[in-house]
Amino acid sequence: MTIEEQLITEITVESLLEEVKTKSDAGYRLVQIGCTRIEDAFEINYSFEKDYRFENLRVTIGEDVRMPSISDIYWGSFIYENEMHDLYGIGVDGMNIDFNGYLFKTSIPHPFRDAPAVTVKKVPKKMDEENKTSGGEE
Amino acid sequence: MGKITFTMSKRILKSLASGPATLRYPHEPAKRYEASRGHIEINIDDCIYCGLCSKNCPADAIEVSKDDRTWEIDRFRCIICNSCVEACPKDCLSTSNVYLEPVFSGPLKDRSVGPEPEPEVKEE
Amino acid sequence: MTGRRTVVPFGPQHPVLPEPIHLDLVIEDEKVIEAIPSIGYVHRGLEKLVEKKDYKNYVYIAERICGICSFIHSLGYCQGVENIMGVEVPERAHYLRTIWSEYSRMHSHLLWMGLFADAMGFENLFMNCWRIREQVLDMMEETTGGRVIQGSCKVGGVRKDISVAKLKEMSERIEKTKADVEEINHVFFDDSTVIHRTKGIGYLSKDDAYHLGAVGPTARGCGVAIDIRKTGYAAYPELDFEPVVESGGDCYSRCMVRAKEVVQSADLIRQAIEKIPGGDIDVKVKGNPEGEYFSRVEQPRGECIHYLKGNGKKFLVRERVRTPTLTNIPPLVRMLAGCEMADVPVIVLTIDPCIGCAER
Ligand code: SF4
Ligand code: SF4
Repeated sequence: MTIEEQLITEITVESLLEEVKTKSDAGYRLVQIGCTRIEDAFEINYSFEKDYRFENLRVTIGEDVRMPSISDIYWGSFIYENEMHDLYGIGVDGMNIDFNGYLFKTSIPHPFRDAPAVTVKKVPKKMDEENKTSGGEE
Repeated sequence: MGKITFTMSKRILKSLASGPATLRYPHEPAKRYEASRGHIEINIDDCIYCGLCSKNCPADAIEVSKDDRTWEIDRFRCIICNSCVEACPKDCLSTSNVYLEPVFSGPLKDRSVGPEPEPEVKEE
Repeated sequence: MTGRRTVVPFGPQHPVLPEPIHLDLVIEDEKVIEAIPSIGYVHRGLEKLVEKKDYKNYVYIAERICGICSFIHSLGYCQGVENIMGVEVPERAHYLRTIWSEYSRMHSHLLWMGLFADAMGFENLFMNCWRIREQVLDMMEETTGGRVIQGSCKVGGVRKDISVAKLKEMSERIEKTKADVEEINHVFFDDSTVIHRTKGIGYLSKDDAYHLGAVGPTARGCGVAIDIRKTGYAAYPELDFEPVVESGGDCYSRCMVRAKEVVQSADLIRQAIEKIPGGDIDVKVKGNPEGEYFSRVEQPRGECIHYLKGNGKKFLVRERVRTPTLTNIPPLVRMLAGCEMADVPVIVLTIDPCIGCAER
């Protein structure tokens, strides 16, 4: 059962701006930019839509690669690019509105950057104590 | 414009006739329905301390101890999702539609202690 | 001659804002020249939790991303997992999901209409909207057990069935609610107070709306007919409806779209109740998800995306939620440029901001 076909095209960082421009000229709208941490790289999905046809461009980059901003083509992309920077610590060059890391005010910088930690199922007893003192959080 | 005044005044007359739409809680009890999820109850006598409820709990609210024969729920953690009720093999858990009284401070834990095991009958 | 520019901070605490968003308004006299948004006051990191909760239990967290469109978030998540794992959900579950989704839409829009009336200073209308909304919430509590957090969707189907007698009663009661809504809608459409505060204010052109990525009523109020329900998830392909589109592009049009959608939702619920087939409501789901999927659903506020990626383990690798408010922020910034300072609260409200959602 698939509601929508998943169209994903792998591209490189260098060809990103060109590809996005093609999409924009063809009349697609920008749906989202989302980032995923996979082992030692980041996968960035640029999603577009036109007449309910949903397409993705995918860029896979290493840890220290900086991304070019597509905000010259899609003005609204600043929100996703700042998010990418704030949560994953991926540098983005040439954003039209650059919040310099203050879009999301997180207590630890770049909280999503690290690969998934080893998970613990049971809540340790200590948690309850913490809840008691910091009360009223929920 | 005239029509609007009329719509609103019709509404006002209706409201005057029907009384307030709100309940005077806590003087009147809150609304509840048969399906409302109020809080989790246990019939500890049937419990076999298998821990399935605790494993299926998304909020880690239940602690079961086989050795002490206790079943403990943290009411502040519990989100009353009903998973534990669905998971229990002995059907000893149930969701009651009575909401618990509000409290001023935590923690709010309920511990149920099961009956002593029946002395094992030794076969002669 | 131009006046001096001043920066007026708006929010994060403001009487009209139910949730914290901050805007730096650059104003000249009484005119807003530019607005710079900033969010981040309620970032909870819910996306990260997917790495710690097993994929079946994550539904409860997905549901809590937002308190208003809660059911549709869980639907979007479950639909994503089901697609990755190739699970066929029974027809009846699809219909029940549709019914609850539409109830959520009614509840959300009525809530918004109330808040909007309140932002205009029309207290009486606010109370009347919320009075009607109560009928919808009652229906939800009676059928699922929860007023706001339903908890009735799960991977592989739904958790609660609705009996035939109940369905019949629901279709009668929905007619009454619909009549009430239509009565209130008159006030929204024709009242001079409402028209005065909304007509021609916060204008966004059709092209801008499309290219800045507006979704939901914000886009449809500008004449862009995007409605993800048309992609055919749940039972929507079998129901007869057309997206509500208004071409005004101002606050009035966005309000009209929502007001009309409430009536449309009531209609969809009635249709779904007529057509609902019998049968099972869930299937057993075995194994773990491996693969990825972009699951799109239409929320009251617009298109929402749940991107899921699994690697064959119990815990998913990534869940990315792109909520409608996040993508409606750039259009909002565009709308605010050039408006009067006094209209800012009304304009901010017309995108139906849900910041808790936007930041997850
Ligand atoms: S699942 Fe039922 S029987 Fe098992 S420990 Fe929990 S309450 Fe007891
Ligand atoms: S109702 Fe849900 S949250 Fe509460 S104890 Fe049971 S499983 Fe845990």
